[in-house]
Amino acid sequence: MAQPVLSVRDLRVEFVTRRGILKAIDGISFDIGKGEVLGVVGESGAGKSVTGSAVIGLIDPPGRIAGGEVLLSGMRIDNLPPEEMRRVRGKRIGMIFQDPLTSLNPLYRVSEQLIETIRTHTNLSAPGARKRAIDLLAEVGIPAPERRIDSYPHEFSGGMRQRVVIALALCAEPELIIADEPTTALDVSVQAQIISLLKRLGREHGTAIMLVTHDMGVIAETADRVAVMYAGRIAEIGPVRDVVQNPLHPYAKGLMGAIPSLESETDRLVQIPGSMPRLSAIPPGCPFNPRCPYVFDRCRVERPEPIQHSEHRVACHLYDQSSARSEAVA
Amino acid sequence: MTERSYVEVKDLRREFDVSKPWLNRVLEGGEKQYLKAVDGVSFSIAKGETFALVGESGSGKSTVARMVVGLLPPTNGEVVIDGVSMSSKAALAERQRLRRRIQMIFQDPYASLNPRWQVDRIVAEPIRAFRLIEREKEIDARVGELLTLVGLHPADGKKYPHEFSGGQRQRVAIARALASNAEFIVCDEPTSALDVSVQAQILNLMRDLQDRLGLTYLLISHNLAVVRHMASRIGVMYLGRIVEISNGRELFAQPKHPYTRMLLDAVPDVGMTGRQRIPVSGEIPNPISPPSGCTFNPRCPFANERCRAEIPPLLGGVACHAIHEGRLAVDAAA
Repeated sequence: MAQPVLSVRDLRVEFVTRRGILKAIDGISFDIGKGEVLGVVGESGAGKSVTGSAVIGLIDPPGRIAGGEVLLSGMRIDNLPPEEMRRVRGKRIGMIFQDPLTSLNPLYRVSEQLIETIRTHTNLSAPGARKRAIDLLAEVGIPAPERRIDSYPHEFSGGMRQRVVIALALCAEPELIIADEPTTALDVSVQAQIISLLKRLGREHGTAIMLVTHDMGVIAETADRVAVMYAGRIAEIGPVRDVVQNPLHPYAKGLMGAIPSLESETDRLVQIPGSMPRLSAIPPGCPFNPRCPYVFDRCRVERPEPIQHSEHRVACHLYDQSSARSEAVA
Repeated sequence: MTERSYVEVKDLRREFDVSKPWLNRVLEGGEKQYLKAVDGVSFSIAKGETFALVGESGSGKSTVARMVVGLLPPTNGEVVIDGVSMSSKAALAERQRLRRRIQMIFQDPYASLNPRWQVDRIVAEPIRAFRLIEREKEIDARVGELLTLVGLHPADGKKYPHEFSGGQRQRVAIARALASNAEFIVCDEPTSALDVSVQAQILNLMRDLQDRLGLTYLLISHNLAVVRHMASRIGVMYLGRIVEISNGRELFAQPKHPYTRMLLDAVPDVGMTGRQRIPVSGEIPNPISPPSGCTFNPRCPFANERCRAEIPPLLGGVACHAIHEGRLAVDAAA
């Protein structure tokens, strides 16, 4: 494989609190290649948003990156001084957040925000930057961009605002875009438009996209590969079709079964008993063991390391060949 | 339907006054402005059935729910529950008896439970308010029973809401709804604030309770998959009107109204059947100045002059001129 755009190696993020150190991210590794969309799914508290923030260096104290490294096209970025990191952010990594209204400044016209961003990262003249801003708005599908560009954010609808945010993220033609729940605040019909926009941009510009969401449907439609996170670790990572249709990790299996489907009629949804542990009370061994239907002794004491299993990588003792239970599920 | 319906909603309308303040109107000029949140909605629900209203934000589905439980007075139209009209002044005593049997579950279990009350007090509130049980000991026993029914432990009654996760709080809200022996529960986005694995627990619980207690549900949701899983009949709302109403299986197998087709097509597909989507255009228009005629006409590929001028009636479960005139074949959907 060519050099990945983003490479995360054994990343650890901790939050220091009065009650001790909480491990929000506990040793995760993944790569995203050029033009690839990596979906990161998990339930609230799984650490998916923190992963995104760690990659762009936006972990605020008391949080800190406690270990591991983040490489952007081979260059290590997790230990850059803040000023240099600020230049990487925006220029080489674009960001899209959940709520488009809070990522735009309500007091400035869209044109001012776009032009400022473009001029910060490129050496275009003011008229050149304005022209580029209009092109960007046209590219993200805003009708009549030359008229709309001088509007304020509140004059746009939710879907249009999210397009403006995407245009902002694209200003400097970044290598990587981190999209954190980009469609969660939107209605389904608008969500579908934004998804297809993201897919098209990834394809046309070769931008690597890390798509963080809790919505399996969005991942299934958009991502090439998917990482399922649980309690700060990656439970399973693999090609999206394999993971969705044939999940290996018991948590991923439960998660897929829990989603009501439009296609099939089931009487009961699969339910995983209990809920995600708090960060202050992550059980020893495999963090999923108290909820796992296949749990055995080893799960309670030994932390499972990711194992390559066909095209997936799965962190589960069931798939360890040396384990006596391996054939029970596989 | 041949059997008598339990809930009957007739031509329900609700307008909200969104005018500028009086002084601004006098100084700056300008008319009073009204937003038609719900514009003539009728449906009926049979006993023991789950009826769902589905639509995007601003379609008026939550406003309907609030009017059905009586949290919001309708501008026009009436709600008849078990033969008693909720808006007639005459049947006051009967209406009050009926109140006990109607309950609501809200979207946000963090906001709908009083954080300073212990859970047993929250669950017992309807029992005390309606004076269903007088003796404290019996109330305690009943609360314990209710908590067990929703999958919690009777000892959980001594905890405060913040000690529970979102899914457990929603269980508490369900226990409270059941405390007054409710028969009809209006659920407004009951699982939207929950994670999928927890959502599955709550949906399963709701179905189990329906089987055991013969509950009737009005389910409000924007999530089509949830609606499909839960409801026997479904009404699709768009800008304050029901555009299509049909039984669950039929709606998903053979959507008629162009908006329903668009909505079904837009749902991200976990099954990964690789179907080709028809690109969706546009968004819900501003409800203060909705389009004339059929409100969907600016986004509809089949709109013609009549659609722009005339409001289509709900005939044969669908409100669409193109289908009534035979311009749009019903089977063309997929």
